[in-house]
Amino acid sequence: MTNRLNETANRLNETAMSTKQPGSAYFLEDRKEVPVTHTFSVVVDNEPGVLARIAGLFTGRGYNIESLTVSETEHEKHLSRFTIVTTGTPQVLGQIKSQLERLVNVHRVVDLTVTGRPLERELVLVKVSGRGEKRIEALRLAEIFRANVIDASTEHFVFELTGRTSKIEQFISIMTELGLVEVSRTGIAAISRGPKGM
Amino acid sequence: MTMRMTGAEMVIRALADQGTEHLFGYPGGAVLPIYDELFQQEKVQHVLVRQEGGAVHAAEGYARSTGKVGVVLVTSGPGATNAVTGLTDALMDSVPVVCITGQVPTHLIGNDAFQECDTVGITRPCTKHNWLVKKVEDLARVLHEAFYVARSGRPGPVVVDIPKDVQFATGTYTGPKDVKHKTYQPRLKGDPAAIAEAVELMARARKPVLYTGGGVINSGPKASQLLRELVRLTHFPVTSTLMGLGAFPASGKEWLGMLGMHGTYQANLVMHDCDVMVCVGARFDDRITGRLDAFAPRSKKIHIDIDPSSINKNVEVDVPIIGDVAYVLEDLIRTWRLKGATVDKTALKAWWAQIDRWRAKNCLAYKDSADVIMPQHALQRLHALTRDRDTYITTEVGQHQMWAAQFFGFEEPNRWMTSGGLGTMGYGFPSAIGVQMAHPKSLVIDIAGDASILMNVQEMSTAVQYRLPVKVFILNNQYMGMVRQWQQLLHGNRISESYTAALPDFVKLAEAYGGIGIRADKPAELDDKILAMLNAPADRPVIFDCRVAALANCFPMIPSGKAHNEMLLGSEVSEQEIDEAIGTEGKVLV
Repeated sequence: MTNRLNETANRLNETAMSTKQPGSAYFLEDRKEVPVTHTFSVVVDNEPGVLARIAGLFTGRGYNIESLTVSETEHEKHLSRFTIVTTGTPQVLGQIKSQLERLVNVHRVVDLTVTGRPLERELVLVKVSGRGEKRIEALRLAEIFRANVIDASTEHFVFELTGRTSKIEQFISIMTELGLVEVSRTGIAAISRGPKGM
Repeated sequence: MTMRMTGAEMVIRALADQGTEHLFGYPGGAVLPIYDELFQQEKVQHVLVRQEGGAVHAAEGYARSTGKVGVVLVTSGPGATNAVTGLTDALMDSVPVVCITGQVPTHLIGNDAFQECDTVGITRPCTKHNWLVKKVEDLARVLHEAFYVARSGRPGPVVVDIPKDVQFATGTYTGPKDVKHKTYQPRLKGDPAAIAEAVELMARARKPVLYTGGGVINSGPKASQLLRELVRLTHFPVTSTLMGLGAFPASGKEWLGMLGMHGTYQANLVMHDCDVMVCVGARFDDRITGRLDAFAPRSKKIHIDIDPSSINKNVEVDVPIIGDVAYVLEDLIRTWRLKGATVDKTALKAWWAQIDRWRAKNCLAYKDSADVIMPQHALQRLHALTRDRDTYITTEVGQHQMWAAQFFGFEEPNRWMTSGGLGTMGYGFPSAIGVQMAHPKSLVIDIAGDASILMNVQEMSTAVQYRLPVKVFILNNQYMGMVRQWQQLLHGNRISESYTAALPDFVKLAEAYGGIGIRADKPAELDDKILAMLNAPADRPVIFDCRVAALANCFPMIPSGKAHNEMLLGSEVSEQEIDEAIGTEGKVLV
């Protein structure tokens, strides 16, 4: 899901850059603002089509999705929580928030990056195969990264690792040299610091 | 109030409970149970259109002219897909429409069944919200929610997709009073601090302008009254977008005319030079702003809008006020009075003197002719001969639409129905049918072009069937006039495919449908022919084929990529200026 969305978003970005003009009737101002990355939490009614509604909003309006995760978080109320990592100028990020809030079955939208440095984690499953030195090295490094072995044979390991994106990226890049077979990532789940809820 | 009934009965019951008197639709396999219920009752009158697109536009016209929700009923598959243009149109122009679509039975969904399409998938981006109702127990709640969502906040279209088995199933009906929406509660009242700030800015203004839009109309007649009161208090000049015409009377002395791409000279220069802009229920659309980096460069901007996403979308504003126009204007006027605010009279006098100099340009002037009817002249005569009547105007899209906006003065809100945001050719005629259904005794005129009218001309059958005296006033120049004008401006006058060859004989066409056809060729006969149209029998539609000058252009015009103060005036432009009006960069723009 995340990759597909990423692809679409990237393609949109390319189009926007290749023609200097946006697809509007007039020149948009050359905005000097630098794009920044923000993490949004979005609480929605868990109804059929809600993911399509949110994903469609992003593609339809040409916004970026760097990561999108969702799961039902309150079963009795049928509420789901999206964590969406996106990049844009402050003006675009403001629009993203307003446009999300406009969707009828969205309860709340919080820009976690504005309210404080949010806690962000993702989980990765990494399959590594090999024998001898490389295998031992993989296990040793996994221990350093505090990854768990959740499946193993004499020829492979499956590691489970949770952490910030940078840590995951680093782990994957190291494992590439040590017989990396495949990777499955959840995308980012985020929550604000401190005692208060969103 | 709860009772047991079938899903199909619930649909009709819910419509009646929501106060729906007219329903625009077209039957088909997946809505037969609902049509069977329609047959057995008299509360809701069904209007049979000839294509589903016409149904949605008719519902839009009905809604815009009454302030009520327009209701549409169509079948699955092609019925739903034909409705998509109308739904998108209603979304862009914030028109409340409830569209009920039939769907194949739940067990066939996803099976590529006959006349199946993913209606909620297709209509998701072109509705405010949509629902697929898979259980009859949810149906009554969803129907009432649909009406609530369509008319609340910034209005818009919604779709309720009902599989055929759900229409047959029996469930419990609950009335509209028992339905509360859990998430959607738009904010109506503006922030008092922002309103106070706005009052201060307005009191200090030396070159103010009120830039009003469709939000004033959507907020209801009270908003227009409050706008007029605000102008009585301040004597600020008023301009409006295409969608907002009629909120402030065209005869008012503070009225500047429409602004934007084909707006008046005075309106656009006032916008460019103002120091305080009060945007009331408008959204800084690209047709309005022109080049953004040269848009009202020295102004402080106040923006009243019910939709928070409109704030800072295109133009950054200084004082955003989120709320319903009527609520905000009421509080604004009250605050103005409480604070004993006054305007800067000396500055305002100088501002008005400047405005009068701009007005003296007489930017809508055109060269009239004794041999051929000029389109502007035709509309001026139409306006003069109908101004004392109870008139509603709809339009199609193109030059005729802009001329209508320029030359037809509107005194009241809800009298002007046009496709602004989406620019849908074919909107005006079905829309006029919707207006006439709502106002059977009024004069309803669709100002049309020869190309646009052909997009939904099949609705003549509808007009004849329901004995609707809708007048279709075609400014027939045998071109898609606005396309031709742009080809002249942008593409070296290469008239690619915009000449409408093989046009029908509109008089015979009207007669073939059972309506009345009238043709005017010469300026001298125009008034008599228009009077003949107005005095035609009150139970038949009229098509008026007004043969106008073929190559007239619509001015003033702000060329693409230019600022408000770089507009072209019709009386002044030479061929060469037309050729050079749009630079290479402007050519890629729409």
